[in-house]
Amino acid sequence: MSASSERSAPKLTRVVGALAEATGMREAKLNELVRIGDGGLLAEVLRITGDRATLQVFEETMGVALEEPVAREGEPLSIELGPGLLGSVIDGIGRPLSELAALTGDFILPGASAPTLDKTKRVTFTPGLVEGIAVHEGDVLGTVVERGGFEHRILVPPGRQGQVTKFFGGERALSEPIATLADGSSLFLTQRWAVRRPRPIAGRKDASRPFLTGQRVFDFLFPIAEGGTVAVPGGFGTGKTVIEQSLAKYAEADVVVYIGCGERGNEMAEVLHEFARLKDPRHGRPVLDRTVLVVNTSNMPVAARESSVYLGLTIAEYFRDQGYRAAVMADSLSRWAEALREIGSRLQEMPGEEGYPTYLASRAAKLHERAGRVTCLGGPQREGSVTLISAVSPPGGDFSEPVTQSCLRVAGALWALDPELAHQRQFPAVDWHTSYSLYAEAMGQAFDASCDPGWSKARAEIVELLQRDGELREVASVVGPEALEDKDRLLLTAASIAREVVLGQSAFDPNDAYSPPAKTFRLARAALELFEAGKAAITKGAGYADLDLAQARRALAMMRDAPATELDARAAEVSQRIATLWRGGAS
Amino acid sequence: MSARQVARTYRGARAAAGPLVYVGAAQRAALGEWVTLKAKGQPPLRGQVIDAGRDLSVVQVLEDTLGLEPAGVEIELTGELAHAVVGKDLLGRALSGAQDPRDGQPRPIGEAIRPLWGAPLNPTQRLPPSDFIETGISAIDGMNTLVRGQKLPVFSGPGLPALELAATIVENARAPRGEPFAVVFCAIGITERETRTFLDRFAASGALERSVLYLNQAQDPTIERLLAPRAALACAEHLAFVHGLHVLVVLADITHYCEALREVAAAREEVPGRRGYPGYMYTDLASLFERAGVVKGKPGSVTQLPILTMPDDDITHPIPDLTGYITEGQVVLSRELHRRGVFPPVDVLPSLSRLMNAGIGKGRTVPEHRKWADQLYALYARGREARMMVAIVGEAGLSPSDRRALALAEAFERELVNQGTHRRTIAETLETGWRLMDRVPREDLIKLSDELLATRPSQRAEAQRKEA
Repeated sequence: MSASSERSAPKLTRVVGALAEATGMREAKLNELVRIGDGGLLAEVLRITGDRATLQVFEETMGVALEEPVAREGEPLSIELGPGLLGSVIDGIGRPLSELAALTGDFILPGASAPTLDKTKRVTFTPGLVEGIAVHEGDVLGTVVERGGFEHRILVPPGRQGQVTKFFGGERALSEPIATLADGSSLFLTQRWAVRRPRPIAGRKDASRPFLTGQRVFDFLFPIAEGGTVAVPGGFGTGKTVIEQSLAKYAEADVVVYIGCGERGNEMAEVLHEFARLKDPRHGRPVLDRTVLVVNTSNMPVAARESSVYLGLTIAEYFRDQGYRAAVMADSLSRWAEALREIGSRLQEMPGEEGYPTYLASRAAKLHERAGRVTCLGGPQREGSVTLISAVSPPGGDFSEPVTQSCLRVAGALWALDPELAHQRQFPAVDWHTSYSLYAEAMGQAFDASCDPGWSKARAEIVELLQRDGELREVASVVGPEALEDKDRLLLTAASIAREVVLGQSAFDPNDAYSPPAKTFRLARAALELFEAGKAAITKGAGYADLDLAQARRALAMMRDAPATELDARAAEVSQRIATLWRGGAS
Repeated sequence: MSARQVARTYRGARAAAGPLVYVGAAQRAALGEWVTLKAKGQPPLRGQVIDAGRDLSVVQVLEDTLGLEPAGVEIELTGELAHAVVGKDLLGRALSGAQDPRDGQPRPIGEAIRPLWGAPLNPTQRLPPSDFIETGISAIDGMNTLVRGQKLPVFSGPGLPALELAATIVENARAPRGEPFAVVFCAIGITERETRTFLDRFAASGALERSVLYLNQAQDPTIERLLAPRAALACAEHLAFVHGLHVLVVLADITHYCEALREVAAAREEVPGRRGYPGYMYTDLASLFERAGVVKGKPGSVTQLPILTMPDDDITHPIPDLTGYITEGQVVLSRELHRRGVFPPVDVLPSLSRLMNAGIGKGRTVPEHRKWADQLYALYARGREARMMVAIVGEAGLSPSDRRALALAEAFERELVNQGTHRRTIAETLETGWRLMDRVPREDLIKLSDELLATRPSQRAEAQRKEA
């Protein structure tokens, strides 16, 4: 090839699936964005060999032809961060879906480009510092109050510093500067960040505060910490998505980033519809106002599925840096891993287990390490966190597969979902025998201090009850339940009640979809008291059949489903039923 | 392809293997470009570019490549992408998977062409599906309600009456308020007998003129199986979102589709995933199943009823497994129920409709529908557990409540699930369920409140008197 043709304009030499190759790319950088074809489809450089580059394309490549042009963008895949992100719905490369609808109609067509934030939008900026002050990276310059009263803190971007010569407070467009520095440069309301690069922090902190989910089985049995990570594997129909959604609605977080990665379109439509309608139980604001939705459904391009997870994490980190508690719900990481596999296989990389690329585990680890509780960069002193809850969809429900295993090696907790429980309509279908939380002990202590000193003890008792239940049920399956001793039959019933009213929780019951820790504790305590009362009665000579467990069980179920205002009255009824559990014992 | 290209013709392919033909230096080949291969004395073959390369492009051929001579073949790159001809004039017609007429009539003219591969529906333009479809089948309407815009597959096994069930649903599932509807049936690799099973029932109901048939049968070209459902869905989208019809799409059988996908992947020597199926099968299936839904501001809807055969009745096989991860639930057929003569043999326990809650309740079916279904489900699940226990400890080892649950499970299968081809309204279905629950004592109905049961006091008292 002559020197002149080497310097010729970049052109496509191959198009296959989500992959393309181009020549004339000697000066390209790894991970640099490019626009390919006559339609200007967004793509990213994966490999450079001399003059040739291999690209992964974030949009549908059908119809892209050889020799079509390639244009370099000069920067890696980045996202614009700033006021207006909350409540927005963007795709895996940061384009607002409503803007895309305005551009290409009901169906998404390739080649459309739309900025994440509307730069013409005007917001009110209130400087928090005085002119003349020296600012450093991460410093809070001032605030913008967003819809629903959320205080958006405007930060000095990482890597920038200087003396502020002037602030521009009041109503500003996102495109206008809000401050000028002594070196003549300007600071804006928005900043760009490359999504694959973790945002810098001042330091990491311990996981010591519980991340309240409002779901009893998690808060009580398998609690996670703020800044923690949990993997939620489960076969189809085990309720992963319902759990992710319940957490997005009710978990105690200031900001929720919900990543629908390779999942169903109708589901995302429902999330949008519901989040706009539902009120956050603590602030009474629509859940959508604290949420950013990153949506890349299963029929949208596969490469954007891979990037959507990094995009979501970057947004969460940005709010963390403002000093907020952000939570990321990723549904599901299996689709992210499959995107890696699909692209790896097109690159003809040497496959690892089940065809996944050999770097699956290290990528999964890096991704999980972006969660954490941190001391933020800059002043004033503040801390923030990113908690990561990732659904995993193991083929055939088999947890030994590479994606589940890669996540488990780095996640701090496992909420294992079991199809058997789902078939019994025990929801959330969390298998209490295989699930675990490495934060359990520390969080138990935190609940002892914040909710009730008996929390850890009650948890230990419920865990033991479930443990014994598992053993006894094995025996009962051989000899039949009738052949068991009365106290063992009582235990089986008590465990069944605990499963129903403590662990079981309907995501669709308006009174019970969210359970504050106090209610969780009272229900657990009541179930244990019922068991104790039954044991005492049997010791005094009662038979299993003499106990009126059915009435007590119904009273407990009513307590569980009662509105908050009636909880005390229902709890009194339960106590009454427990006191009269053995009618013969009244004498 | 932003601007349509002109057609270009080359002589001689580099290589050919199975359904693939390798073409050297095809100028400006576009991914997905439609190709015609002509050899002397043979009908032309059609194919499309699945890998466009400056040095080598790969063409996937639709028809059988038997007798193809690579060196002599004439290769025309047409400059067109694969598309589907769509329109209301297709109603009442039968076409092949490659959209050639199969009913002896001339090729339909159509009103528009749509790209065969479709484009993803913008999630913000979707309306969450919430319109109840009365299929007339208790196990579905009562326990696993279907709604408009849903994709609800039937997981069948070899020899189970999945097509009969689909035919029954299609016959019965008229739009409740007399809104215009249409049926798109796509046969993918099924036998002539299976096709007849479906079409005869369908013709008898007189709905044939409201339907479009895409038929790729077992003897038809394998690769055509990859195109047939896409043509069917393109047509369904047009009828739904341009003409405002409520379209029910039946795809049978997805298992044959996946096998065709595997055949192409193997021919390309791709790294195989589980059981030899390609790693991108999830994405590929999603590009079919996600073409269902309701669009904001448009009156129509696309509802999908795909049928798949679980090899060896194994629900963890990659085909049902990946399907279940994409679709909004599944209706699972049971060999045991089928053997006992139950029709439809729907196993309620592993079946699920994820959109059920949106389609039932006040203003749709009845307010207590959810509680009704939960309670029946719980009783039936308990009865099935007891049935398993009987095999180990004998009936005598059961507790009285387990014995009651067992009896109820039998009655549930006999009376609620087994309805034959008789159509039941939702009210009849609910009443059948209540009658079952009337036979058990109050303490077993743990999911129902006193207030709810109070609405049926007389029936309960009477039933329990009889029971005693």
